[in-house]
Amino acid sequence: MSKRLIASIQGVGHGVIEYTWQFGLACRFFILILLKSTISLKRFGLVMRELYFVGVMSLIIILVSGLFVGMVLGLQGYETLQKFGSETAVGTLVALSLVRELGPVVAALLFASRAGSAITAEIGLMKATEQLSAMGLMAVDPIARVVAPRFWAGVISMPFLAAMFSVMGVFGGYLVTVVYIGVDAGSFWSQMQSNVDFHYDIVNGFIKSCFFGVAVATIAVFQGYDAAPTAEGVSRATTRTVVTSALVILALDFVLTAFMFRGVS
Amino acid sequence: MQRTTMDLWVGLFVIMGVGALLILSLKVGNLNTYSAGQSYQLVGHFENIGGLKVRAPVKSSGVVVGRVADIQFSLETYDAVVMLNIDSRYIFPKDTFASILTAGLLGEQYIGLAAGGEDVMLANGDKIMKTNSAVVLEEMIGRFLFDKAADDDF
Repeated sequence: MSKRLIASIQGVGHGVIEYTWQFGLACRFFILILLKSTISLKRFGLVMRELYFVGVMSLIIILVSGLFVGMVLGLQGYETLQKFGSETAVGTLVALSLVRELGPVVAALLFASRAGSAITAEIGLMKATEQLSAMGLMAVDPIARVVAPRFWAGVISMPFLAAMFSVMGVFGGYLVTVVYIGVDAGSFWSQMQSNVDFHYDIVNGFIKSCFFGVAVATIAVFQGYDAAPTAEGVSRATTRTVVTSALVILALDFVLTAFMFRGVS
Repeated sequence: MQRTTMDLWVGLFVIMGVGALLILSLKVGNLNTYSAGQSYQLVGHFENIGGLKVRAPVKSSGVVVGRVADIQFSLETYDAVVMLNIDSRYIFPKDTFASILTAGLLGEQYIGLAAGGEDVMLANGDKIMKTNSAVVLEEMIGRFLFDKAADDDF
């Protein structure tokens, strides 16, 4: 009995140590990328190529989901607000919830599952087929050549994708409430403009998406680089990227929101 | 894929991203109402500010002319000290009346400036002498009931 108790406590301890170890490795890896990225930023063509695969190829999913999220927000917001006779405030509701929260968060979640998993799989497979070690043998640093361009592509494209998501969402809300339901277009836009503040809402949302970009890109490249060099290892690493990214994005979102919008003005 | 087509797509992507940010700040947000930070400060003492918040609009004849910069409680006069940032395009006479008003029945509170007739204008750091407190609904109802009760007795 006592042996089993001790064993279970040992299990907990082992898990904690394992996760702390992983976290430390990820942080060291992050710093390593930053140190070696001067080389890859000088050869900007490498980053350009990754920007195409990571950013441009994510456009469709980001734009379409933004549109649908905005349309749903418009419908639901109208449904509730019309009970209070303030359906013109639906523009404010859609814009604020997109710019502050949904734009950065949902775009980051989609980005993690669309681009982050691809990055992990690619780097993991390169490791499994020993391409990374081959590069090392040829005195090409795999972190500078393979990892850093993908990292920077993720960091650069995330804020843009989040902004486009928000714009598409506002457009979707406009379509549903103004074109379809028939809320007055003038008050829709003017209420929105008078209540969405540039510094307080838009800049803070932008900062959020920058943080999420760094987090998702770091997790994706780290999981790929850290993957066990087998088919199973790569598949596990891909899953871990999506799960960890989602958790980190949501937790980070709470922390950032607590700093940015404390409710006291 | 050819290098040039890829560059084209990435270029388009970045332009779209920057465009989205611009749309957000100009069409959705209120960047176009900012006037490059050129403003001057006025101070007003209010007996009761009600639910006035920092960044609430300052309006004159319904036009937003500035924003509330800061609200503090004064230990010398025991009232609320409100700093107003007024757009430097708009200057007001010395005897301007500042009152705390409510937009709509349940709307947010803002400061309304009613210009006076004097020739001397308010400058940076000046104090608005004539102020009017916020209307607190409970006080108003209380006074009304009190008056009603007093009427009934006699």
